[in-house]
Amino acid sequence: MEFVRPDTLEEALAAKAERPGAVPLAGGTDVMVELNYDHRRPEALLDLTRIAELATWSASGGHVRLGAGVPYTRLIDELGDTLPGLAMASRTVGSPQIRNRGTVGGNLGAASPAGDTHPVLLAAGAEIEVASVRGVRRIPAEEFYTGVKRNALAADELITAVHLPTEAAPAEQFSKVGTRNAMVIAVCSFALVLRDGHVGAAIGSAAPTPRRVPDAEAFLAAELPWGTDAPLLDSLKRRFGELVAAATEPIDDVRGTAEYRTHALGVLARRTLTWAWDDHRGSVRACA
Amino acid sequence: MRLNLTVNGERRRADDVWEGESLLYVLRERLGLPGSKNACEQGECGSCTVYLDEVPACACLVAAGQAEDREVRTVEGLADGDTLDPVQQSFVDSGAVQCGFCTPGLVVAAHDLLRREPDPSDEEIREALAGNLCRCTGYEKILDAVHAAADAR
Repeated sequence: MEFVRPDTLEEALAAKAERPGAVPLAGGTDVMVELNYDHRRPEALLDLTRIAELATWSASGGHVRLGAGVPYTRLIDELGDTLPGLAMASRTVGSPQIRNRGTVGGNLGAASPAGDTHPVLLAAGAEIEVASVRGVRRIPAEEFYTGVKRNALAADELITAVHLPTEAAPAEQFSKVGTRNAMVIAVCSFALVLRDGHVGAAIGSAAPTPRRVPDAEAFLAAELPWGTDAPLLDSLKRRFGELVAAATEPIDDVRGTAEYRTHALGVLARRTLTWAWDDHRGSVRACA
Repeated sequence: MRLNLTVNGERRRADDVWEGESLLYVLRERLGLPGSKNACEQGECGSCTVYLDEVPACACLVAAGQAEDREVRTVEGLADGDTLDPVQQSFVDSGAVQCGFCTPGLVVAAHDLLRREPDPSDEEIREALAGNLCRCTGYEKILDAVHAAADAR
């Protein structure tokens, strides 16, 4: 095995082009587990932690570019108000030690169906920026996840950033079911983003990939009393929960049964809708 | 490969490090610092918590090569000579130790918490120590120890 330690993105892309089998390594919270347990022996490790530009973010004109190597702890501390949905999901990742090292780029690289940030990236309409010696391209989140632990990256590409729209008064919520509050891989998870008549909703750990739930999104976009601070009818919340549950395609595994996941996602959908609508009502009242 | 890093303020070198090796293995097996414990090797238990450039991390999840030219502080680096750090002394005084295996990781995590939050609430302590598992004393004495350390500082 080789250990490749580029100082710049340019060097990293050249190394990845030369050795497509090299495994990118950032916080190590997935890759090192595979090495420690002898599940993986890549030809090379490509350490990305020395590349300063991957660990930066910038915000301008209703948009954030989040470098792939910004650890969750910094995302929570520095962007908690700007990207509340992503920060909520980040707070549920692992433990303080894991959040100090783990990154959204790593979550995307692993592309686990249970990865915590995926539902938020899907619901928010994020784009994943990837680069290679051939150039840079952006992949919409909904085209990024191609199978269980598989993503749309070419062999010579690296994930460099995530682009997210931001709102002055965001209505974004994330919730997750697990057996305790820390160190939990999601049994199932749900994200909801409400934005000016537009609804983004996505499920995690309940299908081969994280995925949006288009029927449930369209229903809410049409039925929500946008621009008012009216409370929501129980019948609307219930119908939304049913449509989300209907979009699941879960399996039985050690963390939970398929039946439980489908049921729990219906519940999470109703609850997050209540919370997100409360955010929306708060901003309507603040403007009144 | 050869690894150069600073550990507890001293420049250290390790040779013949395997490229897939963890920082934890280097600390314990090559540099003679067995304070950081090796248990789960997957970041679940927190027993190997060290400071890496002053940020707490599970040493089992840091590749040795990622620590090149970095600064590592282990539990062995917290005491000032024979004088224990207040966090260490409080764990002793509060009886927050039974078998002791989880103690080094808990001490480092609690030490970091008190740098950020000098007078933490029970909830803040529970949150800060959520990545450290103890399988014998239970956590009440550990909470007592962190409060006592906060009072002593």
